[in-house]
Formats: sequence, structure tokens, C-alpha cells
Amino acid sequence: MATVTVPETARGLLRRPTAVTGAFSWLTTVDHKKIGIMYGVAAFVFFIVGGLEALLIRTQLYRPDGTLLNADQYNQVFTMHGITMIFLFVMPMSSALFNYLIPLMIGARDVAFPRLNAYSFWVFALGGLFLYSSPFLGGAPNGGWFGYAPNSTTDPSIGMTFYALGLIITGIASTAGAVNLAVTVVNMRAPGMSLFRMPPFVWMGLVVQFLLVFSLPIITVALFQLLFDRRWDTAFFDPTRGGDPILWQHLFWLFGHPEVYILILPAFGIFSEVLPVFSRKPLFGYQFVVFSGIAIGFIGFGVWAHHMFAAGLGPVANTAFGISTAIIAVPTGIKIFNWMGTMYGGDIRFTPAMLFSVGGVAMFVIGGLSGVTHAIVPSDYQQTDTYYIVAHFHYVLFGGAIFGFFSAFFYWWPKVFGRRLNEALGKIEFWLMLLGFNLAFGPMHILGLQGMIRREYSYPESLGLTFWNQVSTVGAFLIALSVLMFMVNVARTHLKHRDEAVEDPWDARTIEWMTTSPPPVHNFDEIPTVHSLDEFWHRKYVEDERSGTLVPAQAGAADTHDDGHAGHGSIHLPSPSYWPLVAAVGLPIMAYGVLYSWWLVGLGALVVLTGIFGWALEPSVAEE
Amino acid sequence: MADLAITPGHGAAEPHDEHATTTGLPNTKIAMWVFLASECLLFGALITTYVLYRGASDTGPYPADVFDIPYTSVSSFVLLASSLTMVLSLTAAQKRDVARMRLWLLATALLGLTFVGGQVYEFTAFYDEGLSITTNLFGTTFYVLTGFHGVHVTVGILMLLSLVGFSAADRLPDDAAFPVEMVGLYWHFVDIVWIIIFTVVYLIPTPSPVPA
Repeated sequence: MATVTVPETARGLLRRPTAVTGAFSWLTTVDHKKIGIMYGVAAFVFFIVGGLEALLIRTQLYRPDGTLLNADQYNQVFTMHGITMIFLFVMPMSSALFNYLIPLMIGARDVAFPRLNAYSFWVFALGGLFLYSSPFLGGAPNGGWFGYAPNSTTDPSIGMTFYALGLIITGIASTAGAVNLAVTVVNMRAPGMSLFRMPPFVWMGLVVQFLLVFSLPIITVALFQLLFDRRWDTAFFDPTRGGDPILWQHLFWLFGHPEVYILILPAFGIFSEVLPVFSRKPLFGYQFVVFSGIAIGFIGFGVWAHHMFAAGLGPVANTAFGISTAIIAVPTGIKIFNWMGTMYGGDIRFTPAMLFSVGGVAMFVIGGLSGVTHAIVPSDYQQTDTYYIVAHFHYVLFGGAIFGFFSAFFYWWPKVFGRRLNEALGKIEFWLMLLGFNLAFGPMHILGLQGMIRREYSYPESLGLTFWNQVSTVGAFLIALSVLMFMVNVARTHLKHRDEAVEDPWDARTIEWMTTSPPPVHNFDEIPTVHSLDEFWHRKYVEDERSGTLVPAQAGAADTHDDGHAGHGSIHLPSPSYWPLVAAVGLPIMAYGVLYSWWLVGLGALVVLTGIFGWALEPSVAEE
Repeated sequence: MADLAITPGHGAAEPHDEHATTTGLPNTKIAMWVFLASECLLFGALITTYVLYRGASDTGPYPADVFDIPYTSVSSFVLLASSLTMVLSLTAAQKRDVARMRLWLLATALLGLTFVGGQVYEFTAFYDEGLSITTNLFGTTFYVLTGFHGVHVTVGILMLLSLVGFSAADRLPDDAAFPVEMVGLYWHFVDIVWIIIFTVVYLIPTPSPVPA
């Protein structure tokens, strides 16, 4: 058994933090598991906030001529709903899962740059708080999450300046995190863990990190241009000085469409882990799942203008992007068939995790099919800016990504916390959410085709849209109820006495289940040597020569594989550090400075520099 | 980013007896390349914006009115020369010749400072000739593009001077070649970007529209 050293020392400006438990330890931790949990908690809080905003929207639209919100408030609420769900919930929740699971799934002790990891988290969390300070400082962003110019550049309220600055900050967090996780996957795999022995979740994670690395700088430039136009009166998107607002759309969607895959590929990875485990079969066509994920990554950069069919790019551009959009449905379809093939003939157990994965795939198919209808340009002309689009992207993002997250919660909860969530409650939650989801977003297809425009704060009764809007609102509240049930489930699970053994509750296939649950701070006492895809499964079961069926491996036989990399000597884990938090705090200070005073910009820059120099001069592992 | 620059090599979480990474390359080096790949897209978007708006200004001053090509050629040459001194400092670091390494690092930083100083002078001169960031699309795109590049050079100078300072304070590892190489990667990247900007912005002539 290896011993773990977390040494302490006093050096530099601040005494090195040493606490590994207690509230304070969370501020200074560099452990990927703690950071993953913090990402998860913060993202879930933003999920609740974004959900409440959705309920405000649906309540407003329950009756014709709604009076709960006025037009200005409604603009702020739907804009913040979009920003919150995309940048402050789905992206960081994916980061939470990747952070926690990727090192465990590839047999690493931590990510490549543990302090950079803490930095990413703090920058994201502070960026989220920065965005949410806007309602108290003169108004939230109100130009939609897409921020189309010149509406976003000329709006008199301060909201869209917060939008530009806030998203630049969260973009820095995502870029740092993406570089970190990409290097981790490329360079820190356990012995024998070749690329094509990696679990599909890790593969999708790798593709997502590269999508982030290549798409975020584009929106960063666009956001800076928006910021300069708003704050310093430049002419980027000002038609009166020759500027072209369509440039914003190009830059935004050149980021925005890869972003769609950034949001959904993590769920594809989750489906690809959960479906095989609960079907007791290997993933059908692993290579196809991996390569279609990579193909989606590449093609995802070539379809952005399908968001702009109605912008007047001309028939050649529209045709080209219509075709590329139809093409990207192919690798996605391949995955759907792979998941169905995985379940076909399997020994299926309908646990909540399995239900959410199966439900997620089914809902994603509906969203994918309505998406294909957008590839047909004349049809898209009819659907653009109607509720049909709203229905489409909620089916793929809620139906795909969020169902995927709940599947992941139920599947990996025992791994992370050593406790299983209640299964009965989980099943009720699933059926309630499935029902509420389809009631909320299904009718939006009809509303959209009837001509109901997106982002309208009210509609007159004479349009005949009332009934389906009421159905949709009821559905939204059912979703809220199911999320509430999940929170009750979590509370129950953690209040009750921990009694059951949860080392390998699902008879899982991948190596994160080979260590204890929750894992020790150093992840594995001995880093396993990997011999095949689904390594853990192959250690547990061998094929019987005569009958051809799987039988449990001889006890102890599996352990003989643990050759070589025994952790003799001590394991030096990176020590906790204040500096990532310090370097992160400077960024929102600088952003407030851009809004209010150059002095604050200077102060913020000084804080960032202090953080970075403290960080650079501090050894990652404190001396003994 | 600073820990990318000066932490030598391997994953901090590796046990002492296991220094091999999967690819055999240090984590920091791969991270730097991935980061620079991301930076390519950043400058790509900025340069694209400039090119898209070439000749689209509806009022002067136009590029031909303000550019002083010989002046900017000299400052470009100064920046490119700094890539040579950067390589010389890496060679010195590899030979563990600390004095020469510091000398060439300082020379690189000085050349960089000369370039940034030249840029500040150029901006001031253009402003005096009536070109501000709000005057026209040329002013907007020119100042933002070259300004972003100038900020990158400034960050590079800070990193170079930090290396000299850390070295003087004996805070660099005995084999300082690795951090010098990492800062060098960034520095060469910024130089290469300038070659593109100089060509696209200054050397390719932009027609001034005939006043209506």
C-alpha cells in the first residue's frame, strides 16, 4: 500500500494552505475530484436559477396578454435563461463530470495541471456571479444568448456589456479547462491504456476539449468587438459607418455550432457508458461510436450558416450549408443505431440511470429529426424564429444533454459519494420528467408551425394559441416537480445512515470502479495496467471454453494482472494553493473596471499578476 | 499560464518513480502547443475581420494616408531579430551557460520593448493625423488587431523578464532550458503572427475609395 504525502511548508507571501478537510479546504483544493464536485454543485445551482427563469417565462405565456412581466423584463428573463442553461449549467456540468471521471477512467492520479484546474473552476464561478450581478447594477443582458448586432450594440441598458464581459470570463475558464483535460487524456493514461482502449466517455470528452479550444477564441474575438462597439464606439457592427452586423452572426455561429456539439457530446459519452452496463453487453461498434464522434467534431465546424438561412446569404451558400447539415446527421444517426444495437438482445435492467439514457436517446432522436427539417432551406424559412426552433433545441439539449446528466447522476452517484440514490424515487422522477418534458416542448412544434414567434412576451387571444401554451406551461411545472423530487432524493440519500456496500453496484465495465467508492485522494493504490477495452469487465469475467458463456473469473486471477506499477514509495500529490483563486478574483475586478473605472482595471490586473507570480514561484508539490 | 511556463515537465500528480508520460513529451509542452493552436483561431478571427473590411471605410484617413512603410519595416525587423536572440538564449540555457542565457533573454525583451515602443509611437502619430478607433472601419479594425498583437508581445516581454528575474533569484530549475523553450514557443508564435499582420495590413495596398 502506498503512502500519501501531503506535506506542509511556509513559503512565499502567504503561508501554504494545508487543510484537506473543512470548508476552507474547498477554497484551496487542487484535487480533481473536489473540483469536479464544486463544478457540479455550482452548475446545479445555476440550473435551478435558470429553471426558475423558465417558469417565469411559461407563467407569463400561460394566458394571452400576460401581465406577470413587461416586455423589458421578459427580454432579460429569456436571455438570462439561455445564457444560464448553456454557459452556466450544461457546460460546467460537463466539466464536472469530465473533471471527476476522466482521471479515474484513464487511470491517472489527477489532471495534468491541478492548479490550472482550480483556476478554471474559480474563473467560471466568479464569471457566473459577475453575470448575475447585472440585474442589481442596471439591468440583465436582454438581447438573447446569441446577442445579434446591431440590437446588442445599440441597446441603451448596460445588460449586453455585462454579457460580453461575462462570457469572455467564462470563456477563459473553459479554454484553460479544455487545454488541461486535453493534455490529461493525451498524456496521462495508465500503462496499456491505448487510445482505442479508452472508454467512449473519455473519447467524447477529448473531442469536446478540442472543440472548445478551437471555437472559444472565435467568440472571444466577437465578444471583444461587441464590447468595443458598446463601450468605445467602434464601428465593427455599425451599418451607418459601413460595418456589417452579419459579421457578428458569422463569428457567433462559427463558435455557436461547435458549441452545440460541446453541449451534446458529453451526453453521447454517458449513453455509451450506461447502455452497455445495463444491457450486460459490450458497446455495439465501439470504433464507429468513437469515429462518428470525431467526425461530428470536424463537420461541426462546417455547418454554422444553417443558423443564418434567413439572413440572405444567397442560394449557393444556403445550399452548401443545407447539404453539410444533412451530412452531419449521418454520424449522429450511426451512434443511434449503435446504441440500439447495444441494447438488442441484452439482459436489460431498467434502473433510473438506464431509463434516463434510453429516454435521452429517444428524445434526442425526435430533436434530431426536427433538426433535419431545418436543413431544408425553404422549410427553414417557415420555421426560423418560431417556436418550432425552440421545440427542436429543447428536444436535443434537454432531451439529450439533461437526460444524459440525470443518467450520469444515478450511475456515478455511488462512485462519487459512496451512496446509491433511491431507485424507486428515481424511476418516478424519470417518468414525471419524461411526461412533463413532452408536454412542455411537444406542443411548441405545433405552436411554431401555427406561426407563434419566439421571444414575444405576449400574444393576443385571437391567434388561437392559448390551449397549447397552457399545456406547455403545465409541462414546465411537471419538470420542476421532477427536479424537486431529485433534490429530495439527494437529501434523503445523504441524511440516512450509510449502510450498503457500493464498490461495484452496477457490475460495471470500466476501471473507475476498480478503486474504492468514493476514491481515495490518490485515486488508485496501484495504477492498473490495462489490457483491453472494458478492462474491469474482462478482469471479472472470462469466457468458458466449452459452453462459450461468460463465467466469473477465478478469485485472485484478476490480481495477477497487476504487474509492474505498484506504488512503492510515497505518492506526491499536488498541494493545495491559494493562488488560482487569487488569479481568478482579478478577472471580474477588471471586468467591473471596464464598466466603471480604469483604476479598477489596473487593480484587477495587479491581482491577476500577483496570483500568477505567486503561482509560478510556488512549487506544485510543497517541500517536505 | 505562468505555471505552463515555468513548471518543468511532468504531471505534478505523478508518483516519484514514474516520470514517463504517455507520449514521452512533457505535459507543459503539449499544453503550450494546444494553447497556441487556440491562439491561431483568435488571430484568425481578428485578421479575417480586418480583411473583410478592407476598403470599406466611408471616410478617411485611409491606410495609404497614414502608413509609413519604411518605419514599420524597421520595427518589424527588430521584432524578427528578437526571435534570433530567443534561440541564442535557449542554446545558452541548454549549455547551462546561465550568464549568456540571461543576456540573450534581456536582449530579446529589449527588442520586444523597442517594437512595442514603436507601436505606441505609431499609434500616437496616426491619432494625430486624425485616425482614431472610432473614425472609420479602418481605424476600428487596425487598432484592435494590432493592439491585440501588441498586448501579446507585452505579455511575452513580462514572461522574458520574469525568467531573468527568477534566474537571478535562483528560482529556476538547474536545467533552465525547459522554461526558456516554453517561453520561446510563445515568443516565436507572436513573431510569426506579426509577419502575417505586417503583410496583410501594411504591404498589400488597400485602395482608397474616390470621394463621392
